[in-house]
Amino acid sequence: MLLLAALLAVAVALTPVVYLVIHTVEAGWAQVFDALLTERVASAAGRSLGLAAVVTIGCVVLGVGSAFLVTRTDVPGRRFFGVLAALPLAIPSYVAAFAWISAVHLVDPRHVFEGFWPAALVLILCSYPYVYLPVAAALVGADPAAEEVSRSLGRGPWRTFAGVTVRQVQPAIAAGGLLVALYTLSDFGAVSIVRTDTFTREIFTALNMGFNRTMALVLSTVLIMLTVLLLAGESVTRARGARFARVGGGARRPPSRLRLRAGRWPAAGGLALVAGAALGVPAVSLSRWFVEGVSRPGSLAEITSATVNSLWVSALGAGLTMLLALPIGLLAARSPGTLSTIIERLSYLPHALPGVVVGLSLVSFGIYVLYPLYQSVWLLALAYAVLFLPLAVGAVAAAAAQAPPQLEQVARSLGRRPVTVFRTITLPLTAPGIGAGLALAFLTCMKELPATLLLRPTGMDTLATRLWTHTGVVQYAAAAPYAALLVVIAAVPTWLLVSRSGIMGKGGG
Amino acid sequence: MGGSRLRAVTTLAVAGALLLGAAACAGDDDDDSGPAEDGSTGSFTLYSGRNENLIEPLIEQFQSETGITVDVRYGDTAQMAAQLLDEGDRSPAQVFLAQDAGALGAVSKAGMFDPLPDEVLEVVPEAYQGAGGDWVGVTGRSRVLVYNQELVDESELPDSVFELTEPQWEGRVGVAPTNGSFQAFVTAMRVQHGDDATADWLAGIADNDPQIRERNGQILDDVNAGRIEVGLVNHYYLHELAKEEGVPFEEMPAQNYYFPAGDTGALMNISGIGVLAGAIEDADVRTFVDYLLSTEGQAFFTEQTSEYPMVAEVDAPAELPELAGLEAPEINLNDLDSLEETVVMITESGLA
Repeated sequence: MLLLAALLAVAVALTPVVYLVIHTVEAGWAQVFDALLTERVASAAGRSLGLAAVVTIGCVVLGVGSAFLVTRTDVPGRRFFGVLAALPLAIPSYVAAFAWISAVHLVDPRHVFEGFWPAALVLILCSYPYVYLPVAAALVGADPAAEEVSRSLGRGPWRTFAGVTVRQVQPAIAAGGLLVALYTLSDFGAVSIVRTDTFTREIFTALNMGFNRTMALVLSTVLIMLTVLLLAGESVTRARGARFARVGGGARRPPSRLRLRAGRWPAAGGLALVAGAALGVPAVSLSRWFVEGVSRPGSLAEITSATVNSLWVSALGAGLTMLLALPIGLLAARSPGTLSTIIERLSYLPHALPGVVVGLSLVSFGIYVLYPLYQSVWLLALAYAVLFLPLAVGAVAAAAAQAPPQLEQVARSLGRRPVTVFRTITLPLTAPGIGAGLALAFLTCMKELPATLLLRPTGMDTLATRLWTHTGVVQYAAAAPYAALLVVIAAVPTWLLVSRSGIMGKGGG
Repeated sequence: MGGSRLRAVTTLAVAGALLLGAAACAGDDDDDSGPAEDGSTGSFTLYSGRNENLIEPLIEQFQSETGITVDVRYGDTAQMAAQLLDEGDRSPAQVFLAQDAGALGAVSKAGMFDPLPDEVLEVVPEAYQGAGGDWVGVTGRSRVLVYNQELVDESELPDSVFELTEPQWEGRVGVAPTNGSFQAFVTAMRVQHGDDATADWLAGIADNDPQIRERNGQILDDVNAGRIEVGLVNHYYLHELAKEEGVPFEEMPAQNYYFPAGDTGALMNISGIGVLAGAIEDADVRTFVDYLLSTEGQAFFTEQTSEYPMVAEVDAPAELPELAGLEAPEINLNDLDSLEETVVMITESGLA
C-alpha cells in the first residue's frame, strides 16, 4: 500500500521523462539516429562523463577529507570549519562561475578563464558539501567500537581510517557522490559561463538555435541513458558494500579524536584554503560588484517582492518535494527489495535532466493536460519536486533506516492503530530526515533558474530571475544585491543542515 | 501492514490535490471582470523578448499614464517565440515584443498574429514591417564590428565582414554563433550573397580560430578588457556598458565600427512588435502599440537604449552616427525568416 503511494509519486516525477520519450518517438527514429550518431554528440557525452568523474572524485576527496578533519581530529577551529564547509551549498553555480571569472580578471585582466578544468574547479567547490554533509553525519553517528577493535589489533590510525572508518561511511560517500555526478551532468550555469561543451550545453545550443526543440529533447534522452548507466553503476557498488548499522544496546558514545600533533596547523590551513576558494572568491567578487558599478540598484520594493516570491515558491516546492519523497523514502527503508530499489532509483532519473528540459516538458504538460495550472506557482513547484526529489528521498530513507522497525511492530502488537503508530512513532523518528530533506530541497529551489524562468507566473520575479536579468545586460552592480541576498537566505537552511548533522557536537546526531 | 502509512500519505496527497484545485479556481477569478464595449479589460499580457532592465521603465511610464495594467513575461526572444509556438491558440499572451525580425517572422509564419491597422503601418517605413502587415519595427539596431582601440589601429579595420576570414584576423575575432542576432546576420548574408558564399564565409571564420562566446555582452566585455581584439555584435551594447561604468562612451577602450558600402556586416535589424490573433480589437493593446510608436515612446528608446527610432519625427541618439550616413545593406527583413537553413549551416560549419 505504501508501494502504491510510492508508485504514484514516482509516476508524477517521471512526467518529463515520459514527455521526452513521446517526443522522441514522434520525431521518428530516422531523425533520432541522424541527430545522435555524430562525432559532436559523442564528444559532448564523453566530456560530460569526464567532467562528472573529475568533479565527483574532487568532491569525494574534499568532502570526506573535511568531514574527517572536523569530526574526528583535533584540528583547530573545527566547529567553525564544520559550518564553513557546508556553506558553499548556498551559492548557485552560475554565481560562483561569474565570481571566479571576475576574480581571475582582477589578477590578470587578459587571462581567459574557460574550459574543462575551470569548470571542474567551480563545480567541485560548489558541490562538495553534497558529500561532506552526509559523510560528516555518518562519521558522527558511526559506532567507535569497530575502530577501537581495529586499533587494539595493532593497526595504526591511518590503516584503521582506510580499512574501517571509510568503509563504515561508504554508503554516505556513494550517495553524496551520486548526487554530485547527477548534478554535474545537469548543470548549465557554470559550464556555460566558463564555456565547456558538455552535453547540457549541447542541449541548450540546440534549443537556442532556431527554436529546434525536438533536437534538444532527443539529446536529452541521451542524458537519460547516461544517467541510467550511472545509477546502475552506483547500484553495483552499493550491493557489494555491506551495511554498518550499529547493533545491540547501550548508549551511543562519541568517537575518539585523532591527535594530529604537528599536522594540526597544516590541516587547518587546508580547510581555510578550501573555504577561501569556495566562499572567499564569491564574497570578494560580490563586494566588488557592489562598489564598482553605478547601474540603478534595485528599489527596495523590487528586492522585497523578489525575496518574498523566492521564499514562497521555494517553500511550496520543498513541501511538494517532501510529499512525493516520503512514500518513496519510507518504502526504500522499510521494505527493501528489487521493486523498491527500482522505484527509488527511478526517482533519481529527472535529477540529471537540465532544468530547462524539465521546464519545457511541464510547459507542454501545462498547456495540454493541466491548463488551469499553466503559469501558476503550482506547476513551478511540481518542476522543483521533479528536479530535486532524490535530495529529499535520500534524507528520508537515511533517517528511516536508522529508526528501528521493531518499535513500530511492538506498538502494533500492543494494539495501537496503524495511523497512531505512524503519527506517534514513524513520523517522530524520521522527523530529522524530513527536516533535513526539506532544508536541502528548499535551498536548492532558491537557486534554481531555467525551470523558474519558463514556468513562473507572468510578472513574478524571484531573486534568481532578477539576478539573471541584470547579469544578462552586464549590470553586475544591480545584480549584486540579489546575489548576496540569495546566498544569505540559502545559508539559513544550510546552517540548519549543519546543526542537525551533529558536526557542531550537540546531540550527537 | 502498511495501511497506516498509506492512509497518512493518501490524506496528504488528497490535501495537496485540493490545494491545487483551490489555487486553480482562485486563478480563474482574475478574469471575471468581463470586457467593456471597446474590448478593453484594463489589462493585457505582453511577452517580452527584450530585457526587463531596458523596457520596464517604459512600461511603468505607460501604466501610470493610461491606467492600463501590463502583465509582462520576460525571456530571451528565441525562447519567447518558441513558447508562443508551443502555446498556440491557448497562449495567454496578447502582444509579443521581440528583439529581432526573424523571431517575429517565425510567429507570423505560424499565423498567430493579427494584421495591424493601417494607421499603425503608416507610421513605420515599409522596410521595417512584416509583409502581411502583421508586425512592425519599434527600434533599429545596427550590426557592428566592435574593436579595442588600444589593440587594433583604425586603419587596420576591414572594409567588409568577408575580410575577417583572412589570415591576419586569425584568433582575433569574437562571435556568438548561438545568438539570434548573429543568426539573423548570417541569414542576411545568404539573402545578399547566396548560400555558397555564406557557407564559405562560415567555414573561413571557423578555420580562423574565432573566440566563441554565448552572448553579445560577453564579447563586448572581453573586447573592452582587451581579451579579444574585435567582435561581431549589435551597436547598442557599447553604450549600455558605458552607462554601466559611468564613462562617456568615447573614452571606452572598445569602439563601434560600422561597415561601409552596404556590407552585410552593417545589417540594420529591428526590435518589433506583433499582436496575437484576436487581440487587435482590444483597445488597451491598441493603446500600447500606439504608445510605443509615439514620440514619447520612441524618445525613450533613443535616450535609454541608444537605438534608432522608427518614426521620422524623432531624432536619432546624439551619440550614434546619423542614420542617413550609414550604408546599411538593402535587405528586406521579411527575407530573414529562413532561420532553419541558417542554423543548419552554422552547425555544419562547426561554429556551434
